[in-house]
Amino acid sequence: MNESPMTASSDALDVTVVLNGETRQLKVQPWTTVLDLLRLDLGLTGTKKGCDHGQCGACTVLIDGQRVNSCLQLAVMQDGREITTIEGLARDGQLHAMQQSFVEHDAFQCGYCTPGQIMSAIALIQEGRARTRDEIREYMSGNICRCGAYPNIVDAIEDVLAQSGANQREAAE
Amino acid sequence: MNRFNYLRPGNLDEAVHALAADPAARVIAGGTNLIDLMKYNVERPQSLVDVTRIAGLSTIEETDGGGLRIGALVPNTGVAYDPRIEERYPLLSSAILAGATPQLRNAASTGGNLNQRTRCYYFYDAGTPCNKREPGTGCPAIDGVNRIHAILGQSEHCIATHPSDMCVALAALEAVVHVTGPGGARTIPMAEYHRLPGDRPEIDTTLAQGEIVTGVELPADAKGFATNYTYLKLRDRLSYAFALVSVAAALDIDGGTVRRARIVLGGVAHKPWRRPDAENLLAGKPAGSDTFAAAANLLLEGAKGYEHNAFKIELARKAIVRALAQAAASTPQSQVDKRIR
Repeated sequence: MNESPMTASSDALDVTVVLNGETRQLKVQPWTTVLDLLRLDLGLTGTKKGCDHGQCGACTVLIDGQRVNSCLQLAVMQDGREITTIEGLARDGQLHAMQQSFVEHDAFQCGYCTPGQIMSAIALIQEGRARTRDEIREYMSGNICRCGAYPNIVDAIEDVLAQSGANQREAAE
Repeated sequence: MNRFNYLRPGNLDEAVHALAADPAARVIAGGTNLIDLMKYNVERPQSLVDVTRIAGLSTIEETDGGGLRIGALVPNTGVAYDPRIEERYPLLSSAILAGATPQLRNAASTGGNLNQRTRCYYFYDAGTPCNKREPGTGCPAIDGVNRIHAILGQSEHCIATHPSDMCVALAALEAVVHVTGPGGARTIPMAEYHRLPGDRPEIDTTLAQGEIVTGVELPADAKGFATNYTYLKLRDRLSYAFALVSVAAALDIDGGTVRRARIVLGGVAHKPWRRPDAENLLAGKPAGSDTFAAAANLLLEGAKGYEHNAFKIELARKAIVRALAQAAASTPQSQVDKRIR
């Protein structure tokens, strides 16, 4: 064994995360990605595996509020972090405003990229840097839609952006 | 992905010790390049040393000399949107935002951006020979598909390019890399951090065995480039693609006369490509297209193209002139509206 006091293991390690608001104590192998942890170990299959190389964005989740590709994150490195997936968005049977907007704007065809698109779009709104359609497109460039539903995806996000802008204006008044 | 031993040192000494003890160990922080390479069996580390819990590497601090020191763990997003960076070193913000995606920029660290592999599609494909991946096996890119490959500084052993946008800006700003290893701490100027392939294409940087990047320092005198700068990136699609050619251009202009110039190219070589003699051509002259063209010619001296990438030489020549014009006019390239003006 390593004599250093540091964590050192090739065996499963204890990891505690807050997953969709619930504290979970997990045992994970060092080579398990967050994506595989969610889908294979925890049965949370809403987060999709597209390319598995950080290129398509289907696996986007929020870690400590930041959007990241869960396929490129090791689960063992997430100890103490907060992870939000598509399953954690609805409250009391009510869809999140972004989910609702995707439904209303028909912002998908096959739907496979949709959870990643929605998680990414929610982060985009929180980041507060996109104002125009061009900016929405640029800041959504990490999410690919092979069906080509992009115009409706931008519509859906633009709608939520306008609502959140209106809410902020109300709050300021 | 291969099985590996996971180490989570609590401080820098432990991390250096773990790395120095095992040449097959790799540092992991954001993981955006390393995990990807592991999934392709290009990297097969025996151990991963997770440095993300080491204190003191996650902030951007003022230096005594009036510059800024960026901790190695600061994510690319954190650098790009830091108000001090945006104000004093906007070239760096612009270059970072020209690269990757919001998801990758959130995860990728400053140290990791420096240490991402210089690479090409053959390097990524473990089913093909590659001198960088397996020294001595050959370079199929030279006679193969080589659209994205190097036109400068390449060798008969490797024509891969370093894909970072951030590093191109860091080179232009003459940033200094801080590292700590078994022999203590030292600094490496950006110009010397990455290396040309020569006959050792498997080595991308001058980092020694056991050394860890702790930060990147931006010098105070690079603040003089905050007005006249641009990062112009040309690529096959408008977002989330590596540069075919990119240009970091920065001018320090006084009354229409160039005092100092920096021009660094990305996407064309094994490292950010810079020639101070090309920059010196601009010094003391009016900021105009004649001198810009002369500088471009000197910067591209000796450029050599292959079957699919010879176009990059002329593309680079025009991009340099356009970037210098953008910098001189104080109209930096927008990384959202991609129209080139």
